[in-house]
Amino acid sequence: MRRQRTWLYLLFWTVVSFFTLFPIYWLFVISVKPAVELFSTPEVILSSVYWKNYVDVLNDETLRGYMVNSLIISTGNAFLVTVLGFLACYALSRFNLGGKESIFFWTITNRMAPPAVFLLPLFLLLTQVYRFGDFTLLDTKIGMILVYCTFNLPFAIWTLRPTIDGIPKELDEAAFVDGASAWTVITEIVLPLARPGLAVTLILTWVFAWNEYLLAATLTNFNARTLTTGLSEYVTTTGTEWGVMAAISMFTLIPALIVFSLVQRHIVAGLTFGAVKG
Amino acid sequence: MQSNRLGWILLAPTLVILFFFGVVPFFYVLWLSFHQWNPFALDPAVVYNGADNFRALVFDSGFLASLGVTLAFVFFAVLSELIVGYLLAQAFLKDFPGKAIFRTIHTLPLIMAPIIVGSIWKLMTTPSIGIIPSLLDSWFGFDLNIGTSAVAAFTVTVVMDIWHWTPLVTLTLIAALVSLPADPFEQAQIDGANKRQIFWHITLPMIAPALLATVFIRLMDALRTVDEVLMLTGGGPGSATRYLGVHIFKEVFPRTNYGYGSAVSIIVLYLTIVSCWLLYVALIAPRNKKA
Repeated sequence: MRRQRTWLYLLFWTVVSFFTLFPIYWLFVISVKPAVELFSTPEVILSSVYWKNYVDVLNDETLRGYMVNSLIISTGNAFLVTVLGFLACYALSRFNLGGKESIFFWTITNRMAPPAVFLLPLFLLLTQVYRFGDFTLLDTKIGMILVYCTFNLPFAIWTLRPTIDGIPKELDEAAFVDGASAWTVITEIVLPLARPGLAVTLILTWVFAWNEYLLAATLTNFNARTLTTGLSEYVTTTGTEWGVMAAISMFTLIPALIVFSLVQRHIVAGLTFGAVKG
Repeated sequence: MQSNRLGWILLAPTLVILFFFGVVPFFYVLWLSFHQWNPFALDPAVVYNGADNFRALVFDSGFLASLGVTLAFVFFAVLSELIVGYLLAQAFLKDFPGKAIFRTIHTLPLIMAPIIVGSIWKLMTTPSIGIIPSLLDSWFGFDLNIGTSAVAAFTVTVVMDIWHWTPLVTLTLIAALVSLPADPFEQAQIDGANKRQIFWHITLPMIAPALLATVFIRLMDALRTVDEVLMLTGGGPGSATRYLGVHIFKEVFPRTNYGYGSAVSIIVLYLTIVSCWLLYVALIAPRNKKA
């Protein structure tokens, strides 16, 4: 009886896993097929592997530029929000600031609003209002790094708060008694203890910024265009080159998969604003 | 200990950034929604026009169609995810070999960029390239064409959303189910309750808080679905999958009618808040009263 049950579970989960994995496998299949083979009857098993689509993507100067932009923007944004989130959490955790719990809650409302709602005002603000002489934030990497703060900074604050709250206040107080400056306390005492939480925050915010599409599609033209927007451009302009489209998708997917293997346990807690421990 | 001034200094950069990129855009779009402004029209001035934009919205068939399909999409997607997610969570409660690996595989879609999910499902379902139309044709003689059939396109977007987000429901419900105490279940079994009674009278009420939190998160996310649908169907055919976010991106934004576009944005934001609030009133408030 028991044995039978175990087999049933294994069978059931094998089927479920098949449904999860097959679409990803299919993306890979399309990415390693030459264009001429695509329109014959779809074959599930690969007979030969054709890497030219990947080579084409890497040789495409525009796409390479998009890849570099994506890297700069997501890395810059992840570091910015992690540092600012860390400092903000330290302030919220250790000081008696008036209305600090309201501020803490308010930050998350910035993340809850649908991004589509903010396309229009952000576009107008970036082109018309936030300008310094001839310099506007539209289509700049720094502009995108700042815009991505609207969803990543609240996330950083909400995921780091429990970490900082969990570091005993007595440690800081003892250091202050010994005459340490606030800067020393933050960098020498709190920072090392918060390191695991900071790492998870850094990695997840990096992925969110890397994955973002809608804001990048609206607020960039060329100089700060990211890989996700490059993917959609490719589809609309040259919709027939499915192999290249699949290869770009693989390039966008691979960093996320690497990250996934690093912080798998924290993903659910992250996606539910910490409401559920994964 | 420290003066509060240092605390405010540490918090200041966060507040400044969120003010300029979160608060200002909100009030800006709210202010614009009461004005008429098209910088490329004959009269490019910003003119106050009261609630005219909102009045026009009520008769905008494109917007109403978009609203209708969005609600249908959210309903079918979130409901299916809850049911499938609950069943999968139950199937994870027993120990069996390889459980950790299956769980890892199941979590995989969560980290993927929505636009990549859209791209994957486009490759799966586009006729003559995708495997699904080809299999459906050879097995059942069924012709699936997301480019021409509104029902097919809608269904595929729902299936795609289920594929992408059910793992979140599964994992949150596992967390809720494993933390339940065993006593009430043992007691109910002794009293001779059947499985259905146990589910409705014990399991469901006990996991209700986690379930509602999950519904909230899924509802908010489903209401703002854009990237994957834009990639998969581009909102078509017709307006079959032109959900609110897609509508703003594809129809409202390119039309440089900024005053009207702002009104649409404000209404979408309002509807998101109201639908969450209605859910709260309908489901959570009565429970609190009873307690």
